[in-house]
Amino acid sequence: MANRQANTNKSNGNQSKILSAGTPAPDFELRSTPDKTLKLSDLRGHPVILAFYPADFSPVCGDQTALYNEILPEFREYGAELLGISVDGVWCHAAFARDSNLHYPLLSDFEPKGAVSRAYGAYREQDGFSERALFVLDGDGVIRWSFLSPVDVNPGAAGILQALESLSPRSAGASTSAQVHV
Amino acid sequence: MTLNELVNPVSERDHITGSLDAPVILVEYGDFECPHCGRAYPIVKAAQRALGDELAVVYRHFPLAEAHPHATLAAEAAEAAGGQRKFWPMHDMLFEHQDALEEEDLVAYADALGLDRVRFARELASGMYAQRVRDDFRGGVRSGVNGTPTFFINGARFDGNWGAPDEFIAVLAQALASR
Repeated sequence: MANRQANTNKSNGNQSKILSAGTPAPDFELRSTPDKTLKLSDLRGHPVILAFYPADFSPVCGDQTALYNEILPEFREYGAELLGISVDGVWCHAAFARDSNLHYPLLSDFEPKGAVSRAYGAYREQDGFSERALFVLDGDGVIRWSFLSPVDVNPGAAGILQALESLSPRSAGASTSAQVHV
Repeated sequence: MTLNELVNPVSERDHITGSLDAPVILVEYGDFECPHCGRAYPIVKAAQRALGDELAVVYRHFPLAEAHPHATLAAEAAEAAGGQRKFWPMHDMLFEHQDALEEEDLVAYADALGLDRVRFARELASGMYAQRVRDDFRGGVRSGVNGTPTFFINGARFDGNWGAPDEFIAVLAQALASR
């Protein structure tokens, strides 16, 4: 009860339990365009940012996607790939991406609806769409940071950048990771 | 988690109206082409009138260039005007003319504000202030700026409703009272 600032208690009460740091990220293959799919495990070797969001064209996501689109060059400085995921269909994603001039893929968690969002604990059963949830995966496909935002609050990118910084080779000197990259 | 605190404290580097020692410092991360920032502009002015010297206002750049193709150059224009000690008059001019931000418009505003037009146009064309604008943007991202405008009151991100002037002024007055 310490956090009395939370202004969205009602929605917090319904929030999901998302996968936490240390969990291997469930693999998936989703459509990124009407004729192409993208498989998460194909991105091994790079950090991956998964940004689940409720819906294309909704006012808060508009801000969030525009923001991430703008920050993309900084994400790429860490070699990271950004993937947006919602239950919208590919044609809707295509229209949204064109409308917002997006430079990163939007994946369609459309059929079976919300299956990938559910696997990450980021699906709102009562609403039928994804949570506003962020995951940063390391190059081995392990979740290193996750964050669930109230559905109406744009989480920004500070947390993502902090997580990427902690993965970066510069600060990983003392890392205890047993994995060897070849 | 302290994600939503200013990582770059307000300093001499900033454009500020009022004193660095003012009890309440409002930092705005804004975009000159953003309609919401245009809506916030008179509300910030109203807050300045209401709180007088107790409030200092800092403006930092957060151009969402992919959505607003004129925003970055407009931000650089404000900096170029700042180079001639006219940052705030240009800031006001830009928010009052958000629908006319082509390069020739910017030079015309410099003229209207009595700036050295040749120097202004040269500095704008050379990209001399691009890095400064980018630095503001990067600092904003790391401080938790999540759209425009984003306000920080005495270093903490304000997530409430700035769109209602009375409410916004009340929040600032509260920050003053709690000093």
